[in-house]
Amino acid sequence: MTDAHLPTADDEANGPAKPSSSALAERMAWDTRSRRMVTIYLPLACFVLILLFPFYWMTVTAFKPNAELYDYKTYNPFLIGSPTLDHIRHLLFKTAYPTWLLTTMTVSVCATALSLVSSTLAAYAIQRLRFRGSQYVGLAIYLAYLVPPSILFIPLAIMVTWFGLFDTPMALILVYPTFLIPFCTWLLIGYFKSIPYELEECALIDGATRLQILREITLPLAVPGLISAGIFSFTLSWNEFIYALAFIQSSEKKTVPVAILTELVTGDVYQWGALMAGSLLGSLPVALFYSLFVDYYVSSLTGAVKE
Amino acid sequence: MNTVAAQTWVRPKQELGPVARLFDWKPFLVTICLLPAVGLLLVFLTYPLGLGIYLAFTDTTIGRSGIWVGLENFEFLLEDKLWWNAVFYSVFYTGIATIAKFGLGLWLALLLNNHLPFKSILRAIILLPWIVPTVLSAIAFWWIYDPQFSIISYLLTDVLGWRTTNVDFIGSPWPARWSLIAANVWRGIPFVAISLLAGLQTISPSLYEAAMLDGTSGWQRFRYITFPMLLPILAIVMTFSIIFTFTDFQLVYAITRGGPINSTHLLATLAFQRGIPAGQLGEGAAIAVSMIPFLVFATLFSYFALARRKWQQGEADD
Repeated sequence: MTDAHLPTADDEANGPAKPSSSALAERMAWDTRSRRMVTIYLPLACFVLILLFPFYWMTVTAFKPNAELYDYKTYNPFLIGSPTLDHIRHLLFKTAYPTWLLTTMTVSVCATALSLVSSTLAAYAIQRLRFRGSQYVGLAIYLAYLVPPSILFIPLAIMVTWFGLFDTPMALILVYPTFLIPFCTWLLIGYFKSIPYELEECALIDGATRLQILREITLPLAVPGLISAGIFSFTLSWNEFIYALAFIQSSEKKTVPVAILTELVTGDVYQWGALMAGSLLGSLPVALFYSLFVDYYVSSLTGAVKE
Repeated sequence: MNTVAAQTWVRPKQELGPVARLFDWKPFLVTICLLPAVGLLLVFLTYPLGLGIYLAFTDTTIGRSGIWVGLENFEFLLEDKLWWNAVFYSVFYTGIATIAKFGLGLWLALLLNNHLPFKSILRAIILLPWIVPTVLSAIAFWWIYDPQFSIISYLLTDVLGWRTTNVDFIGSPWPARWSLIAANVWRGIPFVAISLLAGLQTISPSLYEAAMLDGTSGWQRFRYITFPMLLPILAIVMTFSIIFTFTDFQLVYAITRGGPINSTHLLATLAFQRGIPAGQLGEGAAIAVSMIPFLVFATLFSYFALARRKWQQGEADD
């Protein structure tokens, strides 16, 4: 295969004057353009198509009038004949959707703030204050991430009732940090590690207290890490489902994912237009938030895994 | 001059009040810093974990605190066909979905590791299924799997003409099981691909150059360089993936709620069904606890895989 493309455009451009460099270039670029097309771009296009199709379908359904929605014979289902805002109007004015959005937003923001503060302090203590056994505390917090919500929701539902928090958003704000803190702490430990310790030593010599160092030196330098931890927390709390399903009962206090599934699905006839509009609107805030900070997101996701 | 300089230099230390000095005392500071995180985790994670295990040995129902019944719940589960069904489907779902996710995810990561135009936009797009709330994309899949208006059925029957009837995606047990797995794989690929891509990018190109000079084939380079270098990250990502696929709840609950005829119950959905709507908290807890052995196995796997490479970014090197 490698020998199949001896005369390439590269060779002609370089001419016979530099045989060694063109030979190297040829060896490095071991596939021709058409082969590259088939082995890389084609599968990649398939992946992107399949990964994006449900979103496309969601959007198309949300803006289609009902007549088109259930008639594939006369209308091409992939296109919208006459776009309509009926489903979104129904969602915003005939259901409690705005309230659900507001609740979800409040819960996500509060849970994110709570976990960011706690995990910043914890990560600072573990990574920078270096007490004896700090490694084990770090490991324990990391292991906490491996405890899935599916085995905790039943006992937590009982505890939430004990505290008198059943059916309140406060229950969610207090419970969400259990899966946010381990992840954020883990991410921030990695981030703090990348900040040179010498900076803190200098401040220490200049007579700064530990808290001053945290406030004036470490935190400003750790802003990108804090942003990515914040995005992670926000997305994770926005997407959380099982706790919100188990702890919240009254319709107006539900979060968007739970409400769409339990309030919009009524009877045997599903309002697919409204359901898709709800899903689209519920996904948009996270997607927008994510697209604003996508670089932080990808780099921290990869950074958290990178060794 | 020197003495004066020295005095001005130490002054900030002397001005510290008792409170500030307390906050600069390391044991106190460490305690204060760890208190919120550790406190929250102990109260809302460790304690419920213990409480859940205790509940599994009682006959608690909603509104009535139960009494200790020993292993009765578990004996009941062992005779319960539905529980065995859920165990089977949990293992099957996890196994197939993990293999597919990692196969396709690794492929996607290898594709993305090439020089491509619009690389960062491409990565952002690919992560979308992972960002969007699972339940909401699951609803989209529910619509895609609709018995009458499924777009896949439309493609297969009306456009391609491969079938004459609509595909029955979630109406009968086996198709429903496969449909759910497909949705799970769709959601899981992005995370696997992006994590593995990070791993691929840490592999030094000089290794490939050396191997190419030795005349290796593409497969050999993958088998003897890429794969071994990727193994540590693969182990970590796989552990996470296995744990969260095994305990998955949202997808199944949103698309089939365990049906048809209870064929797609995972342990988590079964625990929810018995525990919350039916009110049998003790039995629900027992089902949830029965997941723990699988999780412990996965965690140990993770611990040893991580311990080999130190738990994060060379922690024990310093």
